[in-house]
Amino acid sequence: MQPIAIRDVSLNYDTPGGKVQGVTNVSIDIDASEFVCIVGPSGCGKSTLLNIIAGFLAPATGQISIGGKPVTGHGMDRGVVFQDFAQLFPWRTALGNVSFGLEMKGVANPERDRIAREQLRLVKLEKFTDSFPHHLSGGMQQRVAIARALAYNPSVLLMDEPFAALDAMTRDDMQRLLADVWKETRKTVIYVTHNVAEAVYLADRVVVMSAHPGTVKTVMKIDLPRPRDPLSVEFLDCQKELMGHLGHNTNGAAH
Amino acid sequence: MQDAVTAIAIADAAPAGRGAERWRLAARNIFPFAVVGTIWEIVAWAGVFPHRLFPPLEEVALSFVNLTISGVLPHHTIETVLRLLGGFALAAVFGTAIGVMMGRSRRAEDILLPLVSIGAPIPGLAYAPLFLLWFGLGNFSSVLLVGFVAAFPVIFNSWTGVKAVKEIWVRSALSMGADDKRLFRYVILPGALPYILTGLRLGLAQAWRILVAVEMLAAVPWGLGWLIFGARKFLNTDAMMAGIAVIAIIGLLLEKYVFQKIENYTVVRWGMVAK
Ligand SMILES: Nc1ncnc2c1ncn2[C@@H]1O[C@H](COP(=O)(O)OP(=O)(O)OP(=O)(O)O)[C@@H](O)[C@H]1O
Ligand SMILES: [Mg+2]
Repeated sequence: MQPIAIRDVSLNYDTPGGKVQGVTNVSIDIDASEFVCIVGPSGCGKSTLLNIIAGFLAPATGQISIGGKPVTGHGMDRGVVFQDFAQLFPWRTALGNVSFGLEMKGVANPERDRIAREQLRLVKLEKFTDSFPHHLSGGMQQRVAIARALAYNPSVLLMDEPFAALDAMTRDDMQRLLADVWKETRKTVIYVTHNVAEAVYLADRVVVMSAHPGTVKTVMKIDLPRPRDPLSVEFLDCQKELMGHLGHNTNGAAH
Repeated sequence: MQDAVTAIAIADAAPAGRGAERWRLAARNIFPFAVVGTIWEIVAWAGVFPHRLFPPLEEVALSFVNLTISGVLPHHTIETVLRLLGGFALAAVFGTAIGVMMGRSRRAEDILLPLVSIGAPIPGLAYAPLFLLWFGLGNFSSVLLVGFVAAFPVIFNSWTGVKAVKEIWVRSALSMGADDKRLFRYVILPGALPYILTGLRLGLAQAWRILVAVEMLAAVPWGLGWLIFGARKFLNTDAMMAGIAVIAIIGLLLEKYVFQKIENYTVVRWGMVAK
């Protein structure tokens, strides 16, 4: 799909209390169709970085390019899924939400409807096409959000802790679903998470960020074959190694 | 017809329970009116006040019927409703447009907000002499004044509503390729709708208040306000009461069959406002 180059990106927030470091000198190169997870302690700048890549924030220094083209603002080459359930438009049905990007793109109706239904089928919500978001559970709403971000076929998918607020079992389902969708569509994915197991399950590479200054600490490659088995010894070893990078006590229990 | 058929079908399905429930609901709604009505009757028949000033309800009802049959009350009502709708339409269109503009553009907000903030707390009636001087007596100035006064709550609420549109909706729409025009139409307007509807409701209430008073001042020959104030001169308390009853009924009908219908079809259906 599209490779992403992030070069020396920094951003500070101006607050009444003074300057707050968002991210500092972040450089990451991401291959086309690669699945990259970003992990790091709370407040290290993961969401900030994602918003810069999405084009909602302009970096103070540095540059980002997607497929060789520098990023200057938001664009339809990037689909975004936020952490917040409230990202769906309450006034549109599930189908209406998923159709939005296609509508903006000017795709006419029989075709638009077909694509949107297909995307909802992909996230297993074909029975809920005509439901309004407030009649869907949190997990279902996040699935609609994913379908919505996929529908207009952006080459890059940016996801900010999309499953963080879900219970463990739903989250497992969703992760499996996302891995399948990614395998099918081969999009370039940048995925922010707090969850070490989630990162090891999904990622080709995990970018570990450190707090103060929020910058890249290490990058860890995950070479496990897919589909991955979260209970295998190799999986647990990877998880331990990643926790080590994050500065957790590796002798202790997970989480 | 359709309703009757459905009602029968429902009654058949649940003969006792549903019907009893409905009666209880109706009784609960009627109860406070029954209490006030009874007290009114007692006071009227006890002769505490002169009969002409405090007629019993059956005389009010009789006069209501007589005025309706003679066509006097309908004529007053139609004139008032037309003025109300005219003024309210002005307030709805311009108020929403101004409020939304203030919410969208920093410059518009800087210029208009101080003006609106100063104008809003002034009682509507205080503007009346000014409007009558500028635009003369009659329909034109009363409709204009109603529109002007009713526009304030509409402006305030649509301004707040636009400001309250969630940033995450805007970002979602932008990342899916919405331009300014479509962002406005497909995201800002529906996102602000709960507030806009509240503003319209308050605006309509405001329009009623000012209209009834101004119909007297503007020397229009017909209208419920004129009927009510005019009836005072001849001690026609029953006609006065009939006029007040019509206002209450129209208000209730607008609330139930216009605002609640619109709300149920939009913001309630979307889960943006609790039922
Ligand atoms: N809008 C803002 N205004 C001011 N400071 C901000 C703003 N957003 C974030 N920050 C600051 O920037 C830093 C990075 O925030 P960011 O939201 O990117 O962290 P994060 O890694 O996503 O954290 P979390 O894992 O808790 O979501 C934090 O110190 C935060 O206080
Ligand atoms: Mg975050």
